[in-house]
Amino acid sequence: MARVFKGVLFPAAVLIFWEFAARSGLLKAESLSSPIAIFRAAVGVVADGSLFKAALETFGGAVGGLVVGATAGILVGVAFGLSRHLSQLMRVSTEALRPIPSVALIPLALLIHGYGFQMESSIVAFSCFWPLLIITESAVRGIEPRLLEVARMLNFSLRERVTKIVLPAALPRIFVGLRLAAAVSLVVAVTVEITANPMGLGYALIVAQESMRPDRVFAFIGWIGLIGWALNASLLRAQQRWFGRMGNWAEQSA
Amino acid sequence: MKKQHGVLMWFASLGVLAALVGLWQLAAHLELVSPVFFPAPLRSFESLWDQMGTADFWLAFRETLRRMVLGFVTASVAGIALGAAIGLSPRLRAYVEPTLELIRPLPASAMIPVFVLLIGLNDRMIVTAIAFSSLWPVLLNTVHGFKTIEPRLLEVARILHLSRLEMVWKIALPNALPDIFAGLRLALTVSLILAVVAEMLAGTIGLGQNITLAARSFRSADLYAGIIVLGAVGYVSNILLQRAEQHLLRWRTP
Repeated sequence: MARVFKGVLFPAAVLIFWEFAARSGLLKAESLSSPIAIFRAAVGVVADGSLFKAALETFGGAVGGLVVGATAGILVGVAFGLSRHLSQLMRVSTEALRPIPSVALIPLALLIHGYGFQMESSIVAFSCFWPLLIITESAVRGIEPRLLEVARMLNFSLRERVTKIVLPAALPRIFVGLRLAAAVSLVVAVTVEITANPMGLGYALIVAQESMRPDRVFAFIGWIGLIGWALNASLLRAQQRWFGRMGNWAEQSA
Repeated sequence: MKKQHGVLMWFASLGVLAALVGLWQLAAHLELVSPVFFPAPLRSFESLWDQMGTADFWLAFRETLRRMVLGFVTASVAGIALGAAIGLSPRLRAYVEPTLELIRPLPASAMIPVFVLLIGLNDRMIVTAIAFSSLWPVLLNTVHGFKTIEPRLLEVARILHLSRLEMVWKIALPNALPDIFAGLRLALTVSLILAVVAEMLAGTIGLGQNITLAARSFRSADLYAGIIVLGAVGYVSNILLQRAEQHLLRWRTP
């Protein structure tokens, strides 16, 4: 109880001071608004449906990119993990591509796809590809060698080896990678929307800013934070539920 | 023998990259891919070479780098100082940590509209946005590094009658360094991303604006040249930080 109280005290003090400062004219109300006005705006964007519509658009872009990027990352990661030679041969190529900041590809994606879901998803896919590739490769390499020996003894084909031995054994760590990539996908989707793409939560932020509505800006930031937090928390619970101790172990080794 | 093999493989993988670029060149030459979206690599390198001979390019390069370094260094100093204070004091932590955890999943770029409202679309806004966004990874990792000191080390400090300052400098800080560097690495990536995004939004001279302008006027070779430069900035800055880390952590047994 005391712990909760202490944790709430600091943000509460900040909010009260903020409200007071905004009312007394200490802060520029046109750029920082006030907590009560922000709360009203936060309820308002739910009531008029604009939050739901924007969140759905952002989810569309994020999930589409996550699925494509993560699938590609897992496939390449499995291949690299199984064949050290392949991984070494591709090393300079991957090291040349990986440091490219995802946002640098926004103008290119815009050129190719125009505005919309595809352009946003392609940037998200690029960002989600790398964490999955790295985690999957090291997970596959860390598989108990005896399991692979068993597969050889049973004369498994490559496909059987991957679906019956490699993927199940690497799954807990791949899931950790998926969880991290899910957080990345949301961040990147919002960033793309803020920078270029006229849809979703990021664009809602920009519209609020351009119409000089700081209360709506903060309201959307609050909702974005809450959605990100909820997504992370629920994936963490799923991980604990499905993988239990294996999940904790994967968490530390990821 | 083993090392020789590694070097050989590295050159082989360089050859693979060269072959891939060569294939792309061939595809562009045979007009198998659209020259607007995927211009021949040689044309991009030519454009890069031409750009590097102009004063405009170096001005944009310097501007972006200056903002990035300014924001990153400010965030690092503030993040390490604040993080140490919070990490070393369990009492302070009880009040602040829940708030920090709540802010953690917020996308870095989401705060840009707030800074635009507060400061306007200018250089100061960009540096502030970079500094603010890079602060969190440094701060959170530093807190973690300082709060997880091996209790036996603290006992040693007590037995040696170290003063509080000596304890922080000789025991807590070295213990926290690996965590701090993990935070710095994240912050470096964030600072480059934010520099590009904020430049695109603010339309001030810089590498981010360069690629937006190139894409808008369909100068795709220039666009790829710009992406290569941003990738190189990411790559080199990361290497420099890695070197610093290796130097500062050379006392650790590998």
